[in-house]
Amino acid sequence: MDLDSIYSEIIMEHNRSGHNKKALKEPDITERGHNPSCGDDITLQLKLNDNIIEDASFTGVGCAISQASTSIMIDLVKGKTIEDALDLVNTFLAMIKSDIDNEEELEKLEDAIAFQNISNMPARVKCAVLAWHTLKEALL
Amino acid sequence: MPKLNPHQIKEDFPILQQKINGNRLAYLDNSATTLKPIQVIEAISDYNKKSHGNPHRGAHKLSVLATEEYDLARKKVKEFINAKHSEEIIFTKNTTESLNLIAYSYGMNFINEGDEIVLAISEHHSNILPWQRVAKEKKANLKYMYLNANSRISEKEIKEKITTRTKIISIAQMSNVLGTIHPIEQIIEYGHKMGAIIIVDGAQSVPHMPVDVQDLDVDFFGFSAHKMLGPMGIGILYGKKELLENMPPYLTGGDMIEYVYEQEATFAPIPYKFEAGTQNVEGAVGLRAAIEYLENIGLNNIQKHEEILVEYALDKMLKLPYIDIQGPIDLYMRGGIISFTLEDIHPHDIASILDTYGIAIRAGHHCAQPLMNYLKIPATSRISFYLYNNTEDIDQFIEGIKKVRKWFGYGS
Ligand SMILES: [Zn+2]
Repeated sequence: MDLDSIYSEIIMEHNRSGHNKKALKEPDITERGHNPSCGDDITLQLKLNDNIIEDASFTGVGCAISQASTSIMIDLVKGKTIEDALDLVNTFLAMIKSDIDNEEELEKLEDAIAFQNISNMPARVKCAVLAWHTLKEALL
Repeated sequence: MPKLNPHQIKEDFPILQQKINGNRLAYLDNSATTLKPIQVIEAISDYNKKSHGNPHRGAHKLSVLATEEYDLARKKVKEFINAKHSEEIIFTKNTTESLNLIAYSYGMNFINEGDEIVLAISEHHSNILPWQRVAKEKKANLKYMYLNANSRISEKEIKEKITTRTKIISIAQMSNVLGTIHPIEQIIEYGHKMGAIIIVDGAQSVPHMPVDVQDLDVDFFGFSAHKMLGPMGIGILYGKKELLENMPPYLTGGDMIEYVYEQEATFAPIPYKFEAGTQNVEGAVGLRAAIEYLENIGLNNIQKHEEILVEYALDKMLKLPYIDIQGPIDLYMRGGIISFTLEDIHPHDIASILDTYGIAIRAGHHCAQPLMNYLKIPATSRISFYLYNNTEDIDQFIEGIKKVRKWFGYGS
């Protein structure tokens, strides 16, 4: 297996940068997500304006995959409506399960496409999807 | 004393002959499970080819052969840990079932309100959860012995936590996270003086060092075959005869009865009282072959060999400033398990990247969350040795760690 396809530049950069890793002042929604088996533990915070996600951030601990996935997701959904964000979550989860053959449909995921090959490392799939499930919980 | 030659031993393990991603396999996850030598694989296969039947039931030849094999395995285990009687050896599924059997059959019946159950903070979940249930149900107090800065239980801690109200002490001989060998001789002696019974989880110790249950004077002792070159799905519970005879059955059903009437039943004598239903005979056959393999090499030699590996690995790891060892950093009373953390790199990432270089290690909380909370770390990486490991495996691991650092943009 090719490590480059998992620990890609974009994933390593998000893991390092930490630009979305902070607590929000007066968040409207705070949701914790946890992988008990491996210890990834994130708390997602959202600031809503009507049905637009105006701001988002996270705190917590975890591996590079879970941290980068959370950060990339936040960049993607900031400024989107709740409906669009949920649609992106569903598209991401479908991509991970290899349920989408149409590459064009994945384009809207932007940088999050970087996780397309995570199923080659089955033990790490739950790290990649943690933030997305947490966002879904927060918005539903 | 013959010196143990890991290169020669590796030849006996077909699984070690394969390449992982084109790399030599450095298997360093022996605390999770061990690999099987050809002798064990063939013993199981021979049993299935020649002697498989349902023991204790039919009068036919195959049933008789299977019964013989099962009894021989029990006798082998008895000799291996030097139990006084064969019937003190009960076959279970694994160490977890052995511990649950004691908790439900002994704990639920002999523990009363206000009694104390004492564990070590380093216990595996399988030696915590059954006692939480007993403590809740019986309104007993669950207490923990904590570790000092060098990951050890001090004599002061033993004498402070174990009191005349303590009825049960349950502790692993070797921590599956830290590699610490706990002073169970001292704990057993002091515990008995206070009137407690002592249960020892030997899952991590029995495969790696000589154990004599009579010498220890331990009341119950549990371990698993798959951590000592044997198959999964068979474990052992040793218990002192007089204790086992006074305990009610754990599971009920076929094979464990004497007479069954419409409303009641009387039970078979030990060990059969605790072995309900058709048992894992091929597991027992594999276990016997595994013990024979280990005895051929000698548990003393295995222990010595692992000591050399630990010394070699600790020496290399302590030279790397970004590695933090979790557990004793000296060689006194420690086994072949080393837990560590790497600065700024999560254990999962370490394990995944090492895997692509053919290095198998474990990452996570190792089923010891109370210990992780106590140490204030979310997870560790862990390497653990066995008789087939050599310094080449450790060199490969150290090189691997340097590659992990490179992936994360650090210089070596
Ligand atoms: Zn993870």
